[in-house]
Formats: sequence, structure tokens, C-alpha cells
Amino acid sequence: MSNNQDTIGRTLGVTIALCFVCAVIVATAAVSLRPLQQANVVDDMNRNILQAAGIFDESRSIREQFEESVEAKVIDLRTGKYVDMDPATYNQRAASKDAEMSEVLADDPAGIKRQEYFSLVYLVSKDGSLDKVILPVRGYGLWSTLYGFIALESDLNTVAGLGFYEHGETPGLGGEVDNPRWKALWPGKQVRNGDELALTVLKGKAEPGPKQQYQVDGLSGATLTTAGIDRFVRFWLGERGFATYLENLKNGEA
Amino acid sequence: MDVKKTLFEPVVTNNPIALQILGICSALAVTTSLQVSLVMCVALTAVAAFSNLFVSMIRNFIPNSIRIIVQMTIIASLVIVVDQILKAYAYETSKQLSVFVGLIITNCIVMGRAEAFAMKNKPWPSFVDGIGNGLGYSVILIAVAVVRELFGAGTLMGYEILQTVNNGGWYVPNGMMLIAPSSFIVIGLLIWAIRIYDPQQVEEPEFKIAPNSKMKEAH
Repeated sequence: MSNNQDTIGRTLGVTIALCFVCAVIVATAAVSLRPLQQANVVDDMNRNILQAAGIFDESRSIREQFEESVEAKVIDLRTGKYVDMDPATYNQRAASKDAEMSEVLADDPAGIKRQEYFSLVYLVSKDGSLDKVILPVRGYGLWSTLYGFIALESDLNTVAGLGFYEHGETPGLGGEVDNPRWKALWPGKQVRNGDELALTVLKGKAEPGPKQQYQVDGLSGATLTTAGIDRFVRFWLGERGFATYLENLKNGEA
Repeated sequence: MDVKKTLFEPVVTNNPIALQILGICSALAVTTSLQVSLVMCVALTAVAAFSNLFVSMIRNFIPNSIRIIVQMTIIASLVIVVDQILKAYAYETSKQLSVFVGLIITNCIVMGRAEAFAMKNKPWPSFVDGIGNGLGYSVILIAVAVVRELFGAGTLMGYEILQTVNNGGWYVPNGMMLIAPSSFIVIGLLIWAIRIYDPQQVEEPEFKIAPNSKMKEAH
């Protein structure tokens, strides 16, 4: 490296040439791979919806299964009725940060700060009648917001499954919310006992007895994460979440 | 040039992590699972090899005053490309790696080899040197990940090896293995083992402790 390369002209020349070449390479990679990446994001979300409902078949393509059995709709959380919006283009996560599409929560047990007015719901039909309803839930655990789905059976009171597609809890501790053995505790639990929202995640193990059908064992080593899940699952299934919609759906008025 | 020497010297005798103590941060962050570590190794090796290659190709044109920023630009571009490819073809793993792929940009191994080797050598030896250092990094990362995943979660590559209590078995997982400090311990033990095998790597003590003063003199 001789000194004649250190002239201002040469330095500028090399900088501009390098920036140009690098920009072209990066832009080409980003643009040409974008369709694949977006398909991955959609597939990942759809797989989680199918898994939460417990109807995921690994041997078949996610898209095929999803289009075959799941119907997405948008509801207004305030009235609990369907609204005329395209579920394919409604971005619920963006809406929850948009001042015109969401409101600040004063009382915020789920730790989500803002709640959107509209939510996606997914309906699974079997032989022409409603089989499962899958509802998006989210809330704060110990370190992070957990994003997931809870699926209900056609009686709208029995849990069919629960699953998270994004969270940042400690692997091995809070991250055990992804453990299939823990998730297997959810199906069959009852949401409501009469009018009262009874479903809850305990700290420790549920005792055998009449209340057991409403109680899910907490994860040992993940007390705060499961306490967070308890709060936000109850929030989303409660009056400010999907309760009105579920009531409407049961009465055929949704 | 001796290809074999350039390629394998960084694996044991001049390991970037164990001897040069570079690139420790990602070794702490991604080694809780073997599968994620493997992807990280491939990503880092690719970036180190190609950044060395490109830096070496244009080494005679790089003005000395901006050489670091030129190297950074090349490395950053490569990292973005690798990140994009992972998001397109290995989405699950890229979700787990999250920000750490991007942090390859700041990995001292890549930058260190570009500055120390690629700026002074021809493209082909530089490329081989990049792969060699990537391998050296990979060996340590894989060793740490095997220990951490096996004892922390009882699995390897996600397959159950030691059946944990949570899954109805006998093994009580060592929670410490899942948090970052355990990699310090595992890397420390590895460095110890390597230095027993190759005592040349042991550094001279920086100071000598004076012999104890005699009782008589102290009084």
C-alpha cells in the first residue's frame, strides 16, 4: 500500500465504487428473496394456528391444510360482531400500535399497553358445522410479549389447545411453554363455570377435585411466565376480549 | 503457500476463540442449542471466508486511511446477504438466531482476519484462512453447544438423550447450563484442555509473586 493511493480523489473513488457494488448486492438479495421470506412468515403463523387447534398434519403442506379447513374473519372486539374487512390484509399487530385503530388500556392485566379495536378470528369447520374457533392472544410474560393462539371447541367453552408462535422467554425455564407436555394440559379445560370466568393457570399443580377442570398446572421454574399467561389468557377470554363475540357466536348473532 | 497449514492451524494451535479470545460474545449467546450453533458456524465461516476473499482482491486499491471502514462495508454486506438467505430458506433457525446473525458484523474474528491476513495476502490463501478460522470458531462453538444442550436440556439436535424429569424421566436438567455464564466456564475448561495438549500456548505470567518474607525479618 503505497502513499499515492491516499489522495482525496482516490479515496472518494474507492468509497463510491464500493458502496455502489455493495448496495447492488444487498438490494438484489433482499428483493429476490422477499417472496420466499413472506411466504415463510405466513406459513409459520398458519402452522401455529393449525397446531393450536390440534389439527396440524406434518405430512401435508401448510397452505393446503389451511385453505382447506380454516376460515379467517375480522371481528370488532367492542361489539363482538363480524366486520367487513379483508382478513388477508388486516395486520392486527400493526393495528395495535396505531393510534386510530387501538386504545390505551388504563387497566392492563395482560401488559399489552394498547388494545386494537378489531381482531382476527379463525373458524374451523368440519362437515359443514363449526368445529373449532381459534383466537389470537398475547401478553407479557417475564421478559417478553408472548404471541399465540387459543383454540376452543364448538361448545365455545372447552379449550382445544394453546400455542405460542413468538416469545422471548428463557429457554428451558419460561421457554418450556412450548413443551408439548405442558401444552397437552390445556385441551379439555373449561373456560367458564356458569357466568364466571374460571379458567386459570396455577402456581404448582392442580389438586384433584371439582375445580380441576378449570385449572392448568403452572410450570416449575417459570412462575412469572405462567402467571403472565394466566393474566392475559383471562383478559382475552374476558369481557374486554372475546367474551362478547363468543356469546354472539353461540346465539348465532355474530 | 501451505493450504493444509493455513486451514488447520486455526483449529487447535491458533484457535481464534481459545488462543486469541476473539468472538466470545456469540459463543455465549447462541450455544444453548446445537442446531442453532451449527447454523451460526456455517454463517460465520461463510462470512469470514468471503470477506477475506473480497478484501484481499481489492487490497491493492484500498486507501490506507479508510481501510477499516472498507472492510466493515464488505463484511456488513455479506452478513445482510447471509441473513436474508437464512430468512428465506431456514426460517425456523433464523428466528432462533434472531439478532445474532446481524452481530456477525461485529465479530472480532471476521474483522481481525480481514485486517491481519487478507490485507497482506493473495485472494486464495485469504479465502482458505477465512475458512480455517471459521472452522476454529465452529469447533469451540459445537463443543460448548454439545455440553450446554446435553446437560441443560437433556437433548442433542432436539432429540432426547437424557430423559428429563419434566418428560417423565430421571435427569434433572442443569438450569445453569442454559444461561450465558456457563459458556464462560465451558470455554475456560476447553482452553485449559487445549493448553495441556499444547503447552506452548500458555502465556508467561505477567508478574511473579515475591517469596514470603521470613519471620525474623518481619519482626
